[in-house]
Amino acid sequence: MSQTNAPMKAKHQRMVLVVLAVLAIVGAGFLAAWALPNQANFFYLPEQMVEDPPEVGRAVRLGGMVAPETLTQLDDGVTVEFKVSGNTADLVQVRYTGILPDLFVEGSGVVAEGSLSEDGVFVATNLLAKHDENYVPRELEGLEQHQAADVVADTTVGLD
Amino acid sequence: MIPEIGLAALWLAAALSVLQLVAGALSVKEAPAGGASPFAFYARPAAVVQALLATVAFAALLYAFAVTDLSVKLVATNSHSAKPLLYKLTGTWGNHEGSMLLWVAVLALSGGLLAGLERRLPERTMQAALAVQGFVALGFYAFLIASSNPFERLPIPAAEGIGLNPLLQDIGLALHPPTLYVGYVGLSVAFSLAMGALITRQVTPEFARVMRPWVLGAWVFLTLGITAGSYWAYYELGWGGWWFWDPVENSSLMPWLAATALMHSVSVLAARDALRTWTIMLGVLAFSMSMLGTFLVRSGVLTSVHAFAVDPERGTFILVLLLIYIGGALGIFAMRASAVAEGKTFAFTSREGALVFNNVMLTAILAIVLLGTLYPLLTEAFDVRVSVGPPYFNPASAMFAIPMFLVMAVGPLLRWKQDTAGRINRELAALVAILVVAAVLIALLAEISVLALLGLALAAVLAIAALLPLRGRKLARVPTATWGMVCAHFGVAVALFGMASESAFTEEKLAAVSAGETTQVGDWNVTLSSVDAVAGPNWTAMEARLSVARGEGAPTVLNPQSRNFWSPVQATSESALLTQWDGQLYATIGQSVGVDDDGNERWQLRIWWKPFVTFIWYGGLLVGFGGLLAMVGRIRDDLRRRKGVQRREEEQADIEELNAGPRTLPEPAE
Repeated sequence: MSQTNAPMKAKHQRMVLVVLAVLAIVGAGFLAAWALPNQANFFYLPEQMVEDPPEVGRAVRLGGMVAPETLTQLDDGVTVEFKVSGNTADLVQVRYTGILPDLFVEGSGVVAEGSLSEDGVFVATNLLAKHDENYVPRELEGLEQHQAADVVADTTVGLD
Repeated sequence: MIPEIGLAALWLAAALSVLQLVAGALSVKEAPAGGASPFAFYARPAAVVQALLATVAFAALLYAFAVTDLSVKLVATNSHSAKPLLYKLTGTWGNHEGSMLLWVAVLALSGGLLAGLERRLPERTMQAALAVQGFVALGFYAFLIASSNPFERLPIPAAEGIGLNPLLQDIGLALHPPTLYVGYVGLSVAFSLAMGALITRQVTPEFARVMRPWVLGAWVFLTLGITAGSYWAYYELGWGGWWFWDPVENSSLMPWLAATALMHSVSVLAARDALRTWTIMLGVLAFSMSMLGTFLVRSGVLTSVHAFAVDPERGTFILVLLLIYIGGALGIFAMRASAVAEGKTFAFTSREGALVFNNVMLTAILAIVLLGTLYPLLTEAFDVRVSVGPPYFNPASAMFAIPMFLVMAVGPLLRWKQDTAGRINRELAALVAILVVAAVLIALLAEISVLALLGLALAAVLAIAALLPLRGRKLARVPTATWGMVCAHFGVAVALFGMASESAFTEEKLAAVSAGETTQVGDWNVTLSSVDAVAGPNWTAMEARLSVARGEGAPTVLNPQSRNFWSPVQATSESALLTQWDGQLYATIGQSVGVDDDGNERWQLRIWWKPFVTFIWYGGLLVGFGGLLAMVGRIRDDLRRRKGVQRREEEQADIEELNAGPRTLPEPAE
């Protein structure tokens, strides 16, 4: 009796273990499927942000070109403001407190991580600029750099 | 000439991997019961010679970089004659082709070591494992030769090299990739052994004892590689963070999670003959994660500091290899798993039970990390661009990590097979008391996030629990492997304490200051003395002279730099660190931001005080050292046991010879 019982028990235990393992991993999968769309950082181009702004305070990423002649340094010495342009004339004002990436200049590509504040300014907590002459943030690959800069230059002639 | 020798060695190694695969496979197929097939002779020497050839190929590339042979395309595009020699050498693997050659060389070396040293397994299982190892190596030789030839020559030698990404010109690069690769690729041995055992139906405790040191070795290197990489990113990137949940970091974390689970499960198999199929599955999973990591990093689907090349052809090639190996392994697993008999049973409250629970938790964390890493690739297919960061990874992985840490505290106190909570109720009560007291005290004293609070409290529990298995034992008689476990578990507590403390208590100061001005961070006073221009071999920099003092203490000088390299043109921030026993002061300098009211130039400074941040890496080192102790202990026990067996056999033979002696005496010649 006991001899036939033991293998059955082993098989039974293996089944239980397999079921528990699958349950835990499926649980992890569901957790990920639920959390990912909520927690992922969505990427916006300036025109998208103007048209359909994310809710205030939600962490998103904004990518585009630093519009020429918009970069200003505030008096505290560590905060800058600038406007970011995309493929259209839409501009988004960005405020960033911190040390600027090394190759950050007007007319260069930038991805700003942060969130929209209530006054409509995008408050960046981190800036990703190209960090050597070859590297372009992945999100900006589709953006025609010079074209975008030219568009901005053309459309902002005569404005401050 | 030398690069051609390297390429020839690579081709020969590839040919030998074919021999290894065919000879191994034939000898498995045709082996007479218990005997050796005539083909069995070839696989081992093929693997050993292959390892030598792959080493020659790597040495040839190393030489080309050392002498900056600009007729070699890879050198011309990735090196520069003005670089310091150390960075010329480390630059060998600071690019796609070179790092893949290192990968393959490590793969061949692991195969050679396996073939040369491992004599404990049944020969047929060994042949099957070597055939699998040869098959894996063959695919990666083909990848290297067909789409990433590191020895390609330029029709006309370049006048000067382009240079190496300055971020990679650091001693960290000398250590981090080779260590990580040894770990990554060392798991290939676990994979081959698992497949060999599955194919020849030899999933036994003896097999687990053979597999264990290989898994431990790979795991130790992975642990140290991740620890080194984390510290490197921390001081080199100048962002003050030590883990960014960057896809490439995740690519190294995933094999580590799988290997950690595998290491524990193989111990259960060795000690208790349970978890047979689960161990095999984890062996497949661990190396699959290594290959997936290689694919993610090497295919260019990710853009990061680590992605040297964006080339769809290479990506497709590795993806196909990945599908063949993982698909093949899972196919064999599906066919054979039912043939592996169940191991011994155990109660839920037992050491096996705790290990199984944590194995499942580790796998669940692996799933969380994997899905989070692949999610941006998935959404990109629908043209939605997202990035996934700490807001997802931290809480989602903590949901599984917290129960895991709790069980980890108790597991080593339980007995094998069957136990009751009542037997260890005093220890349990003590641990629960520590958890509650620590959590309440910290919550009262400091206002920190829930995760950091739990992290600190759990670290306290784990630190005590890690030492409990030593209680009531004569320390001199505790086996080395047990010391290894104690050390590694204690290391986890130390690292967890560092992580939680860093996230909870870091203080940051960002300010624009002129020379002579002082700013405060925490209880530190930081005075900017001056900013000067300095020059290195291939860079110029603005260097700040910071005088930092804790309270009224004596000042120390820190010199953070903002460096500009000219080949390739790139700027980096060199942070300056002041290490104290209870934390690190981390300073970086930014740009000049005009003059203040008195006409003095102002500079941006960013300074962090990070309490106990160093414990993260001390913990990592302890974990790695624990693994090393366990490995040494197991190998020594095994050698001792084998020597014992051998001696008994010899004695037995002697006795038999004595008994049989008179009868076999030769007849005296007449």
